[in-house]
Amino acid sequence: MRGETRRLFADGRAVAGAVLLCGAVIAAALAPLLAGDPIAQHDIVLTRFLPPLATDPLGAFHLLGTDRFGRDVWARLVYGARISLGVGVLAVLLSVLVGVAVGAAAGFWRGWIGTVLLGLTDFTLALPRVVLLLLLASLWRPSAGLVIVVLGLTGWMTIARLVHAEVRALAIRPFVESAVGLGVPGPRILVRHILPNAMTPVIVAAALGLGNAILLEAGLSFLGLGVQPPTPSWGNLIASGRDTLVNAPWVATAPGVALVAVVVAATLLGDAVRDRYDPAGGGQPGRR
Amino acid sequence: MHAFARRAVSGFGVVVGVVTLMFALLRLAPGDPALLLVGPTATAEQVAAQRHALGLDRPLPAQYAAWLSRFARGDWGTSIATGRPVRTMLAQAWPATVRLVGLSLVLSYLLGIAVGVVQAARNGRLDTALSIATVTLFALPGYWLGLMLVMVFTYRLRWLPAFGAAGFDADFLGPAGRVADRLRHLTLPLATLTLVGVGGTARFVRGAMLDVAGAPFVTVARAKGLSERSVTLRHVLRNALIPVLTLLGLSLPALFSGAVFIEAIFAWPGVGRVLVEAVQARDYPVVMAATAVSATLVVLGNLLAEVLVSLADPRVR
Repeated sequence: MRGETRRLFADGRAVAGAVLLCGAVIAAALAPLLAGDPIAQHDIVLTRFLPPLATDPLGAFHLLGTDRFGRDVWARLVYGARISLGVGVLAVLLSVLVGVAVGAAAGFWRGWIGTVLLGLTDFTLALPRVVLLLLLASLWRPSAGLVIVVLGLTGWMTIARLVHAEVRALAIRPFVESAVGLGVPGPRILVRHILPNAMTPVIVAAALGLGNAILLEAGLSFLGLGVQPPTPSWGNLIASGRDTLVNAPWVATAPGVALVAVVVAATLLGDAVRDRYDPAGGGQPGRR
Repeated sequence: MHAFARRAVSGFGVVVGVVTLMFALLRLAPGDPALLLVGPTATAEQVAAQRHALGLDRPLPAQYAAWLSRFARGDWGTSIATGRPVRTMLAQAWPATVRLVGLSLVLSYLLGIAVGVVQAARNGRLDTALSIATVTLFALPGYWLGLMLVMVFTYRLRWLPAFGAAGFDADFLGPAGRVADRLRHLTLPLATLTLVGVGGTARFVRGAMLDVAGAPFVTVARAKGLSERSVTLRHVLRNALIPVLTLLGLSLPALFSGAVFIEAIFAWPGVGRVLVEAVQARDYPVVMAATAVSATLVVLGNLLAEVLVSLADPRVR
């Protein structure tokens, strides 16, 4: 595994992606050290709409300027990273959990269970995801927890299909047949023998799905249906900059650039892992 | 054609499933549209009367059956929030969405295929540069790209309008002026949606071309002495297009989803904007109908993609 990892990082895309993602995660984790209070407002008249690299009359330096309430954009960006990355990671974990469970069950128990689960997967895949997200996010009171659940429950289908295909192919391999012959119970074969061998495409899909989940969280928050202000998330930061595009374009630009950088990083890393372990390729259809 | 009929039936099943799911979710959710409509100061009797008027006091299966049969007959009810017939609202909205989504689909696939082909045919620096460009486009959130384009082209350069499908003065323009006005309003939303789509398509086409390029029949085509151009376009591209056309069907739900954000940003008078406004107002009849219309458009798009695949690949027919 060590050698494998070293070979993976011979790929420039893997290095760039990993460095960018790690940087974002570290910045989010160390937010209290890197930036001041993201919600604090001092003297609004004196401190609002300061451009990047300005020092306000109270003596505080603002790397990325301030917004219309005089709040520091850098601080809001770094604290927003906690929400955006956290929501994205948890949502992807939930999709992986559901997707692996559904795909594994459908691939291993091929009778009516498989048919029903695959039917469910195809049905969910045919839904316009954002329409569903909008509906759910507006029916229940918007919150980070709701966004995680909704994103997780609408993002598992690709993973389920990949796992289903892997499990079907693995189930007829000799090592599985010998486990069956030894009398190992079905669920144990599935969990201990088949699934560990089926995880590589899941990792790729999860990396690509992470970018997608972060984009969608931002989208929902942008429409006011996700994380609620004053808690900063990259989506509601972009939304708050929308009204000040003319006199303070940096308010909307900074979180967007951060968003694109993180999604590019996740995509590059996913691409590199896929090419490393599955040179035959197989792209991921559709998104958002 | 038998397979096509089966797909059509399962597509119909998807639409019915979507409608049923929406109905269940709407009724499960907290929040009472009757309460929203009469306001916080209403008495209990007023709320009960409003609930009765909306049919919300009947048992759920009865509400569902009544709604489904009315919907199938084309009676989509009245919007709770605006009081207008839902059918009129959607009849006015869907052509705008189809125009925007259809045009951006065509443009993003044409551009994406072109970029992907160039990348697959020319390895090296150009491929790397284009890869960086496409992965960035792929990562761009449409609503943010839209805002950035508005900032540059509307506020800084003052070239293009950023809101609506036509100017307020459109009625006073001549025929040519009206067309120009509509095109100017279409430019920014269409550019946003297309740019976001190009990245994903180009990435996929490049991958599909490289998968095909190693196949034995490509070596044979080269051995026959065909020009590189002919090998790329006639042999590799044609075979690489099959998964691309399948992707086209699969990417329709995604494109509609993207259009929801773009319509909200640019105040484009389509189904997405109607949906967002209805969702925010808990306007049940409009949400249900808009969802059913989007699901139907997606299913129709998938069927269209299957027809295209069978045209491109004789083995499927």
